[in-house]
Amino acid sequence: MVLGMLLVVWSFASTPSTVEEMKAQEASHGHGGHGEKASHDDGKTAHHGDQKTDAHATDAHAAEAGHHDSAKHDEHKLTQLKNKPWAAIYIAAFFFMMISLGVLAFYAIQRAAQAGWSPVLFRVMEGITAYIIPGTISIIILLILCLPSLHLNHLFHWMDPDLVTPGHDHFDKLTYGKKGWLNPTGFIIRAVIYSSIWIAYRVISRKLSLRQDESSDNSNFKKNFRLAAVFLVLFLISESMMSWDWIMSFDHHWFSTLFGWYVFASMFVSGITVIALVTIYLKSKGLLPYVNDSHLHDLAKFMFGVSIFWTYLWFSQFMLIWYSNIPEEVTYFITRIEDYNLPFFGMIALNLIFPLLILMNSDYKRLNWIIVIAGVVILFGHYIDVFNMVMPATVGTHWSLGMPEIGGVLFFLGLFIFVVFTTLTKAPLLAKRNPFIEESKQFHY
Amino acid sequence: MSSKVIQAMYTDDDVLMSAVKKVRQENHHIEEVYTPFPVHGLDKAMGLEPTRLAITAFMYGCVGLAVASTMMYYIMIVDWPQNIGGKPSFSFLENMPAFVPIMFEMTVFFAAHLMVITFYMRSKLWPFKEAENPDPRTTDDHFLMEVAVHGGNEDELTALLEATGATEIKVTEKKH
Repeated sequence: MVLGMLLVVWSFASTPSTVEEMKAQEASHGHGGHGEKASHDDGKTAHHGDQKTDAHATDAHAAEAGHHDSAKHDEHKLTQLKNKPWAAIYIAAFFFMMISLGVLAFYAIQRAAQAGWSPVLFRVMEGITAYIIPGTISIIILLILCLPSLHLNHLFHWMDPDLVTPGHDHFDKLTYGKKGWLNPTGFIIRAVIYSSIWIAYRVISRKLSLRQDESSDNSNFKKNFRLAAVFLVLFLISESMMSWDWIMSFDHHWFSTLFGWYVFASMFVSGITVIALVTIYLKSKGLLPYVNDSHLHDLAKFMFGVSIFWTYLWFSQFMLIWYSNIPEEVTYFITRIEDYNLPFFGMIALNLIFPLLILMNSDYKRLNWIIVIAGVVILFGHYIDVFNMVMPATVGTHWSLGMPEIGGVLFFLGLFIFVVFTTLTKAPLLAKRNPFIEESKQFHY
Repeated sequence: MSSKVIQAMYTDDDVLMSAVKKVRQENHHIEEVYTPFPVHGLDKAMGLEPTRLAITAFMYGCVGLAVASTMMYYIMIVDWPQNIGGKPSFSFLENMPAFVPIMFEMTVFFAAHLMVITFYMRSKLWPFKEAENPDPRTTDDHFLMEVAVHGGNEDELTALLEATGATEIKVTEKKH
């Protein structure tokens, strides 16, 4: 418990420091922007919403000082640069939400399969899934801030009402045809529905899991089993739709039928990696005496296997579109290969080749430091994966991994660590009345 | 050459496991254990070396990948380049995505088949080979442990095996 308290203090300490970093980063941008503001007043500041975007926009504008192309091009570039800090925050928010959701799915699978090896890790997983609540809420807040009526940013281009107004200069037939699904009201309502499904499962399952500790029979365990089965069905539907809404609609002309699976593979492998990393950390503090090499070995096997699964889906999506070469589909990959060459192909090295080679050896899957290295690389790789999904449609060619991206990641990382480790202190780390707990303790390979 | 062995029958895999550990503790050499299904942890309890089949699998996979790449390069680029769907037909690298499924399948094909053949060769199995299995019941529900007999330790061994819960004990000459 004392160690647990230390963890909480540590995570408390980590959150403010990142927030400060965020502040400092925004202040510096603001400063740079204001310096140049006086010399440029050619009407491009008309879009400024709040002070924050204002600072970014002028900064961005300052960076482009001297480049006077056509006014329209400048306008477009300005929009993209204004999107950049928003997109950076959105990616970070989505990335950590996705980790938590991946763990929730993994946890539900363990419950539904009545797995014998994993119950010693249930409390770790429950700790990580606690982030689903702040995670989805922060995403929904960001989505609401994206609404066109607020004029803060243009992350979701299809929300622009001009596109769906017949007769308007920017009228877009394809987007108009998708109006039934892609409209801001339905978008927010759907986001709330997905989040409620996930949060409801997480809260009820956690409650049943804690109640099982004190109960004298297995009724809570059985309820949890049934609940997990129901949740998995709902999860696959809601996750798939979520990926269309929250990611795929950035490129609102483009679609891919296996996008939901692709995002799922990404969240699944990141989630499992985080379970492994948190487990190694807690074990190094002596808090998980029952977790042995074999549990880690199994997690590492999942990391290895799902990394390959991710590549399989990535390649399936890529190859079909590359082969058929239909203009409206292939633009998606052309922008990524031309403008995002390094992150696009670097991601394959990070997400496939590195884990494949390092985790192939059976003995390496039992070594903590190998798992930590592989885990960090996999997480970075999947951050880049989300980056590649979001950035091209929102900021175009003006991408970079700079302060907004790092600040966003640090902010949500701080929040994530704080929420996860606070939850971990709230319950004993061993689910002692789980009927499979003895099997799990004895598990060895 | 022939040697004398004791064959002890067991009817439960847990009993067998503890018997194997006990016999090894007493420093007797276990020649072989016949089981109707794979018993987890038995290889470790018997002190067998870890298998090197995984390493061969990796090497066979690399061979398969190399064969597939060379094959596709020769067929599709060098020998008979074709214009399919407007794809550049003279560059291996630019056509590579279309070859990946073939490379993958060949990697798996080589790894799987050569690994099975290696396994057969290593365990000296081939078609029409006479079974080495000393008792047909080990293919159904019995477990058999074979311990080598050296000189005068036959009685001592029999007593030890009986104490470990063996249901039948038989001393035979083993032909090689």
